[in-house]
Amino acid sequence: MSEKKKKIHLDFNTEWEYAPAPESADHVQLKKQYELFINGKWVKPSSGKYFDTINPATEEKLASIAEANEKDVDLAVKAARNAYDKYWSKMSGAERGKYIFRIARMLQEKAREFAVIESMDGGKPIRESRDIDIPLAASHFFYYAGWADKLEYAFPNRNPGPLGVAGQITPWNFPLLMVAWKLAPALATGNTVVLKPAETTSLTALKLAELIQEADLPPGVVNVVTGYGATGAAIVNHPDVDKIAFTGSTAVGKIIQRAIAGTHKKVTLELGGKAANIIFEDAPLDQAVEGIINGIFFNQGHVCCAGSRLFVQEGVYDTVLRKLKDRMETLIVGDPLDKNTDVGAINSQDQLRTIQEYLKIGQKEGAEMYQSSCPVPKKGFWCRPTLFLHASQSHRIVQEEIFGPVLAVQTFRTVAEVIEKANNTPYGLSAGVWTDKGSKIFNMTTQMRAGVVWANTYNKFDPTSPFGGYKESGFGREGGLHGLQPYLKM
Amino acid sequence: MAKTKSTTTRATRTTAETPQVVAQPEANGQDKPGRLGVQKTYKLYIGGQFPRTESGRYYRLTSADGKLAANICRGSRKDFRNAVVAARSAFHGWSGRSHANRGQILYRIGEMLEGRKAQFVEELVQLGSTREQAENEVFAAIDRCIHYAGWCDKYQQIFSAVNPVASSHFNFSVLEPMGVVSAFAPEETGLLGLVSAILPAIAGGNTIVILASESRPTSAISFAEVVNSSDVPGGVVNILTGLRSELKGHFSTHMDVNAMIYCGNDPALSKELQINSVENIKRLRIWDHQDWSSSEAQSPYKILDLQETKTTWHPVGI
Repeated sequence: MSEKKKKIHLDFNTEWEYAPAPESADHVQLKKQYELFINGKWVKPSSGKYFDTINPATEEKLASIAEANEKDVDLAVKAARNAYDKYWSKMSGAERGKYIFRIARMLQEKAREFAVIESMDGGKPIRESRDIDIPLAASHFFYYAGWADKLEYAFPNRNPGPLGVAGQITPWNFPLLMVAWKLAPALATGNTVVLKPAETTSLTALKLAELIQEADLPPGVVNVVTGYGATGAAIVNHPDVDKIAFTGSTAVGKIIQRAIAGTHKKVTLELGGKAANIIFEDAPLDQAVEGIINGIFFNQGHVCCAGSRLFVQEGVYDTVLRKLKDRMETLIVGDPLDKNTDVGAINSQDQLRTIQEYLKIGQKEGAEMYQSSCPVPKKGFWCRPTLFLHASQSHRIVQEEIFGPVLAVQTFRTVAEVIEKANNTPYGLSAGVWTDKGSKIFNMTTQMRAGVVWANTYNKFDPTSPFGGYKESGFGREGGLHGLQPYLKM
Repeated sequence: MAKTKSTTTRATRTTAETPQVVAQPEANGQDKPGRLGVQKTYKLYIGGQFPRTESGRYYRLTSADGKLAANICRGSRKDFRNAVVAARSAFHGWSGRSHANRGQILYRIGEMLEGRKAQFVEELVQLGSTREQAENEVFAAIDRCIHYAGWCDKYQQIFSAVNPVASSHFNFSVLEPMGVVSAFAPEETGLLGLVSAILPAIAGGNTIVILASESRPTSAISFAEVVNSSDVPGGVVNILTGLRSELKGHFSTHMDVNAMIYCGNDPALSKELQINSVENIKRLRIWDHQDWSSSEAQSPYKILDLQETKTTWHPVGI
């Protein structure tokens, strides 16, 4: 039986080869060295230290980035406080909104340049940075800009006001988009910001700082301090910061919570996930397979809401696996700037090591590893799309967030069983459900203990749609009306 | 009700090692001369039952005149863990009730409380409230039940949203209860503070394990009797008595508790609870109202405080 199936496997590498279709990078303006953006000016770091940011697809250096220490962070917080007192909290919501609209429009104008830089610096396929990351980032600014003069309509019987200075720490998986998710609502609600982008992907945040300078925002409203964890810690521990917004790992989120205990600081955390993607027998299987692929291989699996645990109902397991493996064979892993690329480069050497460690753990624990046979470039950091079959609830590859293109596959028989299995995790960020039966969809989406549930779709995002987790996936929402609340005093 | 604090006689508790000879509390004013009143044993309320603490320990509660008011159960870690198990078992059923049904049950709590208001007034007077203060507190507690009963089928409409996403999807965000909530009731108001913490939690479909005021625990256990006769399923509301200092670690670190309410304003305790809640990212809510009778102490935003927002996507089209 299984041999017969192997014979009918599709082979996509025999006849045709895709010609390279690289996106041009010649229009991109990158400086050799980036300073800190404090109080509307580019300032050298007080330590004089810089670190390299590289292209993970080629391992070539793109630029030097300033490393901010406590002193620099203190300057940035002072600038933000000053801007809050002097300009931003005094300005009418309508005027504030116009500045944010400006950012949105200018980002749209420069969208392609940002997309190319995003792919060069972070390794994500240009198709994703061009069609998802950058347009969504722009629309987040556009959406929240419009809220700036309407806040009193959002919360009945309350008179909301800003918190003050917000410290924001963003991850490397959606560098500019995560910056937009944080900056746009903070600015719309009247807060000023000290932002620290992730150290491997600072470039688009710095390009955004240039854009904000061009947009003529009052100095100090947005400050960008680049650096590693120590820079983030300096923001978290600064006594004059009123609010911390963090997206990243659950472990770091907990460190932040402990650090600010007993202070006046408010916090929102968007942390890890280990989402269940559940395929019922009555699902539209071809679409479901697309959903599985998108769920786990989108952005190399560097997605906190990735559908990294697949649950297939037993009756369709063989069919789904055959279709899934065939579809995986069609995925092109390679040059992020190539428009045909489906899976780009792993963001960093460190992350590649983590993923490889999990590949070993998964096999050692007894799950069966399957990888697509696609070629990968010699230089750079790559990981083939990977499945682990016959995984069980106790496996570490099922329990822990891998943050790579690695999918753990399990089966189930009954609705009650899959609900129990899907919810049996400390995380609760997202979930996926595939069935053609409406009442089953509503039962399942209600039972999933997760903040975002996709039914018959996966990995969809929109500025109007609140995003955030249950349980150890963090708290607070980003996006939509609900995304205003974490930045307001009520 | 913060005024209670300033009354000259204030209830105190001591952890006496030996049982005392019990004098008949005078507050039980309806007794005929010559008739010996029947005293109540104040026990815990866990899973719809009234067990004594498994630890067998007690602390001594004296009435305003210095006599023994009651021996109060000094609840233990095990009692708390049992209560969390009961609350977790009750969560699925309670959160699955229709909002209208929850509203009716909360209203029923108010009805039951109204019928027993004299008892609650006596208990508060016994512990040092003036009759007027006690009446005001009991009336406010009853009215608060009615207020939250009305919110049960309305808060969802206030705080949920249909989100107009740009792609071809139907997208909506609704509130869902966080799950099992642990709580420290306010110390100063034995009844009103307690119900002010319980009601927004259960109105929103959570189940709760609450530690009563240490110095005013009797009305909490009497309130458990009200809850028990109001069609509230067992395990939805669990009321413990005991020492905060002893139980704070358990209430804030238990891995199967989703949220904690701390009613109070002790900065050191707040910080300790914050640190303890980190391990399972428990949602800690600090409600530091000075005056629990104020309108600020009842609000749909308190219900919202104990809700998660869930966003659901579905494609539109054939």
